[in-house]
Amino acid sequence: MRSPDLGFRIGIGVFAAALVIIVIGIGITLANDSWLSLQKFGLNFWRTSNWDPVAGEFGALPFIWGTLYSSVLALLMATPVALGIAVFISELCPPFLRAPLIFLTELLAAIPSIVYGLWGIFVLVPVVRSVETTLPESVRTLPVFSGPPYGVGMLAAALILAVMVVPFTSAVAREVLKTVPMTQREAAYALGATRFEAIRAAIFYARTGIIGAVMLGFGRALGETMAVTMVIGNNPQVALSLFAPQYTMAAVIANEFTEAANALYQSALIEIGLVLFIITLLVNMLSRGLIWSMARQVQVKAAA
Amino acid sequence: MAQFQIRYIALTLAATLLTACGGGTAQPVTADNGGASGGSQALQINGAGATFPNPIYSKWFAEYNKLHPNIRINYQSIGSGGGIQQVTNQTVFFGATDGPMNDEQLKAAPGPILHFPTVLGAVVPVYNIPGLAGELKFTGPVLADIYLGKIKKWNDPAMAKLNPGAKLPATDITVVHRSDGSGTTYIFVDYLSKVSPEFKSQVGVNTSVKWPAGVGGKGNEGVSGLVTQTPGSIGYVELIYALQNKISFGSVQNAAGEFVKASVDSVTKAAAAEATTMPADFRVSITNAPGPGAYPISSFTWLLLYDDPKDKAAGKAMVDFVTWALTDGQKYCADLGYAPLPSNVVMLEQAALGRIKVS
Repeated sequence: MRSPDLGFRIGIGVFAAALVIIVIGIGITLANDSWLSLQKFGLNFWRTSNWDPVAGEFGALPFIWGTLYSSVLALLMATPVALGIAVFISELCPPFLRAPLIFLTELLAAIPSIVYGLWGIFVLVPVVRSVETTLPESVRTLPVFSGPPYGVGMLAAALILAVMVVPFTSAVAREVLKTVPMTQREAAYALGATRFEAIRAAIFYARTGIIGAVMLGFGRALGETMAVTMVIGNNPQVALSLFAPQYTMAAVIANEFTEAANALYQSALIEIGLVLFIITLLVNMLSRGLIWSMARQVQVKAAA
Repeated sequence: MAQFQIRYIALTLAATLLTACGGGTAQPVTADNGGASGGSQALQINGAGATFPNPIYSKWFAEYNKLHPNIRINYQSIGSGGGIQQVTNQTVFFGATDGPMNDEQLKAAPGPILHFPTVLGAVVPVYNIPGLAGELKFTGPVLADIYLGKIKKWNDPAMAKLNPGAKLPATDITVVHRSDGSGTTYIFVDYLSKVSPEFKSQVGVNTSVKWPAGVGGKGNEGVSGLVTQTPGSIGYVELIYALQNKISFGSVQNAAGEFVKASVDSVTKAAAAEATTMPADFRVSITNAPGPGAYPISSFTWLLLYDDPKDKAAGKAMVDFVTWALTDGQKYCADLGYAPLPSNVVMLEQAALGRIKVS
């Protein structure tokens, strides 16, 4: 091998290894610094709901619930919109509109989350509150809509997360759709497909990449901190109601870490970080697995 | 071009590393104000802690630096908890906190730490009741019951009795509290725990607590934002924040039975009333202070100094600085909205400063 090639290989090898080392290092540091809390609460940390810094009792369940619930809701709202934008831009959009639309969706991603948070407090929350107060009494008795209409709460947080997730999902989905070979669409048309059917075929062809795009959005929603803490109400409780103020893992770390003077309290907050790290890891592995199994199905079908 | 970029990145990295290595507690740096200090070395002192006194501390350090150009004091407002931790680990020379260190925290430090009150702060109840004219009156137990979720409506008999003239609506009370750990919360729950045994046993005192009711806003601005937007809500913010943003707030009944509105005067009075029974280490809560005119939800904010500092030169400079801040420095309080210390507390502190071993 010529020496520049060798140097190149070693160089990029070091960078790749650095990535692995950093991720493992984060895991080890989190586990090490949360040792006090890991020892004291064990598995109960994951399944108890009492978060009482005064008494020194810490359970992460409301934060885990709040994080997953808000992210899943955001995903449910954001995915159709993001895919709609991606399909429109890549398949239907008149060429003169394409660049401005791409620019605008990417602009959404560039807005700092504190700005989203302020917009949330001053614009979104009053709107959500007025919607909540105008709901008929019969609807309000449903568990999903129960409780006093504060405005801040799960619904406001999920909405703001959805807005923040859309540009990520749509940008990746758009790129994925771009990679679908023209022959796929042409083949569909040749078989007499309508435009809708041809686009459906293209989406089907690109589905693994689109799932990747959705999962990217999910990861973004899991970790979002500032905008969420400003509108979610910050009350650690496991509640199904969209109106109930709840709390997320990232938000509690950001809120309480600076003033956590007690060793156990601090280590419990770091353990929240560890839990978030593990959940993010699991979500990523799950999406990888999903994509892998889909790719395998296609291969099996092709072989059969 | 590519090579240039690589070199640039390497330079930036090297610079970052160098800056990162430049930490430490109180290292002498070469004087850059040559003539003034006559070639002597400038002294840099680092501190960290509470955010509440940051504006006045910054002002003090800047003014003090004008008087003593060779002493530079850096302050990072990272929060009381962080301040206590960093001073305990001796990564900074002094700390600052809104809640006094407890015995357990003091024991964890490598040497005895002394508390020095510097200025006073207060917490006020803010509310939003559409169509209400005039100010509301609160008592400690009523505030405690509201925050416990026991008083649920504005026209609760307890509130109606306190405010006979006011037209209180029959709407739900939305309780707003701080979601981030803060000295403001510490002062507020410290007061509520003093006046309500139930609040003390159910919630207790800390910079973050387990609130039985309501929603949390981040920072003073988060709480006041939620209160101004939510009809029927109540919250608590720092006095300075309420004054600067012209937010109206209610009066609170003090231990002498008077309804007092928070002001620079009524907060200083609370400290003056407690001075006679001041413990030698100044670790005292002045909430619910006795005496006429004292506002009940007031508190000191403290500087934390080791009684036997390793770096004697920095220790001497800090003693001199605190002496100055307690006397000449207090005149900057009013402009920034802080309540100055009463003279009897200043005298006690001047005596205590002599206990720091600087030689």
